[in-house]
Amino acid sequence: MKKTIWGRVYFGLVLLILYLPIFYLIYFSFSSGSSMDHFRHFTWEHYQTLFADKRLLAILLETIMLALLSSLAATVLGTFGAIAIQRSKEAYRKILLSFNNILIVSPDVIIGASFLILFTALGFSLGFASVLLSHIAFSVPIVVLMVLPKLKEMDNSLIDAAQDLGANNYQVFSQVLLPALTPGILSGFFMALTYSLDDFAVTFFVTGNGFTTLSVEIYSRARQGIDLEVNALSTIIFFFVLLLVGVYYFLTKRQGKKANKLGGLLR
Amino acid sequence: MKKNRLLFLLPYLLWIGLFVIAPLVLILGYSLTDAHSHLTLQNFAAFFSGGTFLRMMANSFWYALLITFFCLLVSYPAALALTRLKNQQFWLMLIILPTWINLLLKAYAFIGIFSRSGMVNQFLGLFGIGPVGIMFTDFAFIFVATYIEIPFMVMPIYNSLKEIDPALLSASSDLGASFWQTFRYVIWPLSWPGVESGIQAIFIPSLSLFMLTRLIGGNRVITLGTAVEEYFLTTMNWNMGATIGVILIALMLIVMLLTSRKQHKKEIEL
Repeated sequence: MKKTIWGRVYFGLVLLILYLPIFYLIYFSFSSGSSMDHFRHFTWEHYQTLFADKRLLAILLETIMLALLSSLAATVLGTFGAIAIQRSKEAYRKILLSFNNILIVSPDVIIGASFLILFTALGFSLGFASVLLSHIAFSVPIVVLMVLPKLKEMDNSLIDAAQDLGANNYQVFSQVLLPALTPGILSGFFMALTYSLDDFAVTFFVTGNGFTTLSVEIYSRARQGIDLEVNALSTIIFFFVLLLVGVYYFLTKRQGKKANKLGGLLR
Repeated sequence: MKKNRLLFLLPYLLWIGLFVIAPLVLILGYSLTDAHSHLTLQNFAAFFSGGTFLRMMANSFWYALLITFFCLLVSYPAALALTRLKNQQFWLMLIILPTWINLLLKAYAFIGIFSRSGMVNQFLGLFGIGPVGIMFTDFAFIFVATYIEIPFMVMPIYNSLKEIDPALLSASSDLGASFWQTFRYVIWPLSWPGVESGIQAIFIPSLSLFMLTRLIGGNRVITLGTAVEEYFLTTMNWNMGATIGVILIALMLIVMLLTSRKQHKKEIEL
């Protein structure tokens, strides 16, 4: 099987290219000096600057806060939306879904620009609140798309049965509907989290002078040239992500529904 | 139960109204007015009469096409190779993992790699090729954009390849088809839906990349996305920015219609 070997070599090469820039960043985070060309000697210096940099640490914390808050809100809204879509008539369902998908296919720049117009038109001042609202807004549709298949899979007679057995609406919702939807809701939440953490363009448009996220901060630093403090930060982010993904992989592997859910991790 | 449905529907409708319909209406409104809020088609006239804008549009389209093409070229064999590995979920995970690292950090890494004394030039130096200016070229821009989009192409292609019944492949080779024949007549057509969604996932964002053109393309590579950003945040001419935005939306719709029509045709063929 010659082909398999070549396939493996090629796949390895692609992986190498995918990881090279990341390892390049990590490697130079330990180099003294201030450029990414020759490794001088080993140092923790950039990590020390990073941990002394109160401003950057605050931005990091705010970014994580923003991501958690926005994905939580988007998950609630999106789950409600998915239930609403599922319970609508066929014709309305299609219309609602097309509206839902508009923000998914729109380029970031358009979302950012139109939200900027919206906030100005409403007289809403730019800052943490406008960024939070935008992040919620662009995360809702993906949550809907993650929850909807679970709703379709669900056996509707379960709800009838619960009602026949005397459960009120709230009990049906919290004890029948929610547990059945949990996997979809969780992947929706994860996706919303990645959307928020990864977003640059939309935030760049709707953030005023007072509030910055990590992406915007890295952008403005990178425009000024190389700053090995950013390398140190990327090393930490990389290992944090590695840990998260490891935990997630372990959990899904145990649940034995790997393929399905892994698909949900993308973007 | 009716009241109950409304409870779920209302917040969602509010979201659609406020963040989907209102922004679209507003951006369209801005594109059709001038700085004094008078209704005019002047912005569109400026776009289609000036050579700069049309060239910019052609440029964006061309770059997006190149990025999508190279992405497909790299990703398809990778996805195919992946279907023949053991522990596929693990390797797939490794492909997806880089997408969790912030986009800006990856772009930033290339500033170091492509710099005059960076890794690529050091490597070229081994062969006596003097330092080459790679940063701020079309090549650098397309390379980095392709690099970033690769996982988003591998995923859908891999998924559609996995759905092919292995019996079809055995049948094909039993009937004497070579690997290339099997690929051309069995694997490629059956994996087309994956390729299609990969193209959709990459082409549209590629039309509007703007931080890459700034960081890696060095303001030289001008795309529609860069133009929108410039008009909105630098020159503050929102009306023109909105016009370019509307044209970008129109382009996007055309791409989506084209790809969905293909899907339709294929259904008839089968």
